[in-house]
Amino acid sequence: MNMQDSYVTADGRTIGATVMEMKNITLRFGGVTAIKDISFDIREGEVRAIIGPNGAGKSSMLNVINGFYHPQEGEVWFHGERRHEMKPHQIAKQGIARTFQNIALFKGMSTLDNIMTGRLTHMKSGLFSQMAWWTGAQAEEVANREIVEKVIDFLEIQAIRKTPVGRLPYGFQKRVELGRALAAEPKLLLLDEPMAGMNVEEKEDMSRFILDVNDEFGTTIALIEHDMGVVMDIADRVVVMDYGKKIGDGTPDEVRNNQDVIDAYLGVAHD
Amino acid sequence: MTNTTTAGVLDTVPRLLARNAKVYADKAAYREKEYGIWQSWTWAQTSEEIHALALGFLTLGVKAGDHIAIVGRNRPYFYWAMVAAQSVGAVPVPLYRDAVAEEMAYVLDHCSARFVVAEDQEQVDKIIDVMDDLKTLEGIVALDQSGMRKYEKSALFNYRELQQTGRDREPELQTELDKRLGNQGPDTTCVMLYTSGTTGRPKGVVLSNRNIIETAKGTCEFDHLVADDSVLAYLPMAWVGDFIFSIAQAYWSGFCVGCPESQETMQKDLNEVGPTYFFAPPRYFEGLLTSVQIRMEDAGPFKRWLFKTFMENAKDVGPKLLDGKPVGLIERLKYNLGKILITGPLKNTLGLSRVRVGYTAGEAIGPELFDFYRSLGINLKQLYGQTEASVFITQQRDGEVRADTVGTPSPGVELRIDDSGEVFYRSAGSFERYYKNPESTKDTKDPEGWVATGDAGFIEKDSGHLRIIDRAKDVGKLKDGSMYAPKFVENKLKFFANILETVVFGSGKDNCVAFINIDLTAVGNWAERNNIAYSSYQELAGHPQVYEMIQANVEEVNASVAEDEMLSGCQITRFLILHKELDADDGELTRTQKVRRNIIADKYADLLGALYDGSNSIFTETEVTYEDGRKGAITATLEIRDAATYDRKKVAA
Repeated sequence: MNMQDSYVTADGRTIGATVMEMKNITLRFGGVTAIKDISFDIREGEVRAIIGPNGAGKSSMLNVINGFYHPQEGEVWFHGERRHEMKPHQIAKQGIARTFQNIALFKGMSTLDNIMTGRLTHMKSGLFSQMAWWTGAQAEEVANREIVEKVIDFLEIQAIRKTPVGRLPYGFQKRVELGRALAAEPKLLLLDEPMAGMNVEEKEDMSRFILDVNDEFGTTIALIEHDMGVVMDIADRVVVMDYGKKIGDGTPDEVRNNQDVIDAYLGVAHD
Repeated sequence: MTNTTTAGVLDTVPRLLARNAKVYADKAAYREKEYGIWQSWTWAQTSEEIHALALGFLTLGVKAGDHIAIVGRNRPYFYWAMVAAQSVGAVPVPLYRDAVAEEMAYVLDHCSARFVVAEDQEQVDKIIDVMDDLKTLEGIVALDQSGMRKYEKSALFNYRELQQTGRDREPELQTELDKRLGNQGPDTTCVMLYTSGTTGRPKGVVLSNRNIIETAKGTCEFDHLVADDSVLAYLPMAWVGDFIFSIAQAYWSGFCVGCPESQETMQKDLNEVGPTYFFAPPRYFEGLLTSVQIRMEDAGPFKRWLFKTFMENAKDVGPKLLDGKPVGLIERLKYNLGKILITGPLKNTLGLSRVRVGYTAGEAIGPELFDFYRSLGINLKQLYGQTEASVFITQQRDGEVRADTVGTPSPGVELRIDDSGEVFYRSAGSFERYYKNPESTKDTKDPEGWVATGDAGFIEKDSGHLRIIDRAKDVGKLKDGSMYAPKFVENKLKFFANILETVVFGSGKDNCVAFINIDLTAVGNWAERNNIAYSSYQELAGHPQVYEMIQANVEEVNASVAEDEMLSGCQITRFLILHKELDADDGELTRTQKVRRNIIADKYADLLGALYDGSNSIFTETEVTYEDGRKGAITATLEIRDAATYDRKKVAA
């Protein structure tokens, strides 16, 4: 495993050792190859972005990282161990949480209840003791609620605590989804297009929350994003994909000046 | 009252705190909702927190007479910071938290603040932006640390750590603190508050302990405020009213101050706290009524019928009961049934079911609006005041409440109207001076202590109530010599739910014209019910049907203005609906949401010209400031309409 020394970024955060490494990943759906032989790593405490044009395989890549898809070839290493095929809840217990491109919340439940579901993997009391509301279950509920309330405070969504999420505007639903992922107290947070469909002000708010999560809790973040401006502003390192292949990897500045990346985004004349 | 029976002289706020910590030790002094739960601090705990912070200030080297600025939303910590500053002999200067960096810089520079107590990263960032230009500013004490991990720490202190440092060094510093507390008296400055600046730069109003405590004493007795009362503190801390309600009266009576969880949750928190003493500007009551009306329009027919039936009865009976007038048995029974079915639950939803004393001030309130709340059985009254008077000049006594007056002089206030019609007052609450501005002080307050309010008004002969017409300097004459008072007309216009704000012009002209801002909530709901599609504020504001509706409102106002003997010349002949809301960020309103007439006239000179040159539409480009301080421009073509005016005699006939 690639265990380089940790370093400190220009803005004073410490980037640690590699937490996740993807080695020569290839993913096929029948005859379609979604990801071709991609390798990259994610280091502790960094904001790692995956970008690329539509259909580049970004979401597939994220699904490989969180174990939802199992690649036909290649290896996924997490915290120094090679990962085998797992169920989603097992992945969640490893400390990986995610948000979705097309918001996947329980529309009829309140903001509070939705975020509480993020605590499920941390709850130990069984169905019957919860129904009977025994001391253990009660104490556990209180402890979990406290963590959820801190998340609500952090995301500044106190005013919608009891509102059913189906009635919330899109920008707030995105924030609730981030809240649910944060409630799981993840070590690695995966965000699938957190800014999609947002206006400039909402994007600014979301960027601030992402940076604050990273800064306050030291959470490692991997995100997919279309908005190049946002990515270049908040990411430490960027992987660029096009047609299932990796065409660039490096700091925002390196990626910005990479000819392959420019061609993929701006198009190239075919002569 | 218990106040006079306690030993010791209660002539400064820190001394009131010491008294409360003993007399009301286990009674709640502050409540704040955080993490979804109401947290509370007793007077004894409050005293300890303030004591620790005061000692913390001493470790920073705060000297007597220093100014400490405070900027944050209504939270117990900032009220403590004010009293902690007073304890060490410093002067607290609360600032408007939504002020942009330059506005803040002006005040910080003017009062030579040495320290700022700030809420969070947002406020700290603003101060850091301007810190290089502020020579006297030495440090920032921040409460919420999030997002500031990487900040340079030499001038940035943590509020809670500062309290801890204070506690740790108590043995060596206590003597100094006692000495400072002992050196204070009624003449010591209690607080400095900046006026919102309707015209020109804000002025620092210096209020002494005597001003504050005499005011608190008189007004608490007037409304029988006691330790069991409670308030919700939600109006800007920099505004004099909040200082009087949440510190002066709270410390004098020992009642509890509740703080909302966030700005957006205020309505819900109000409902949970259920205050007994409540203040809100007319704008707030108007917004609340609009939301009730909108929800009733969306309700089913049976509910609408219930609401209509019982509200009609309540409108008739409610105010009479409040004023102690006789009411028939059947009407009374119907009112009580309505109380169970409609008005009681409504009051509870609005969070006003426990309100014993409610005040509104700042602007005129529409008679219908006023009656609505009175008919629910809420004892809503009007007061007239200003920063220079420690708020209270006149207020309405229970049983003498009317929509069109502001009441009789508050306890200990003398009132006088001079020949030009301007209102003057003299009271124990009258300010000491404007800070570093002897000229303005001399212009406003004469050697005998009479203070000019700048408002024109008159005292009603029969009732002795004061009625305010307008700002004295805004009152003028039209070209034909008839009297012109824009506020008079604006208030009538604003009583319509559709109209949020309006500015009337006409001094020295042949006739009056108006800019109008629609109320997006009310008009938006109307548009939804009538299947009118719009994509922006601007589009809705320019919609022909909206124009029709507003025109009908304007003409109705003209008919009512025509009835007034002195002001019938002030009818609106032409108007336009503005393409953007007037905003404090653009300098068009003050931070307390008052119209800055001259600035608007300058900024929209092209529109004003078009109103007078007879054209039917005008193209315009307007600069706007976004919340983060960036600027942009919006363009629009505005329609100008003529409105029908009425002859005074014809209406009278």
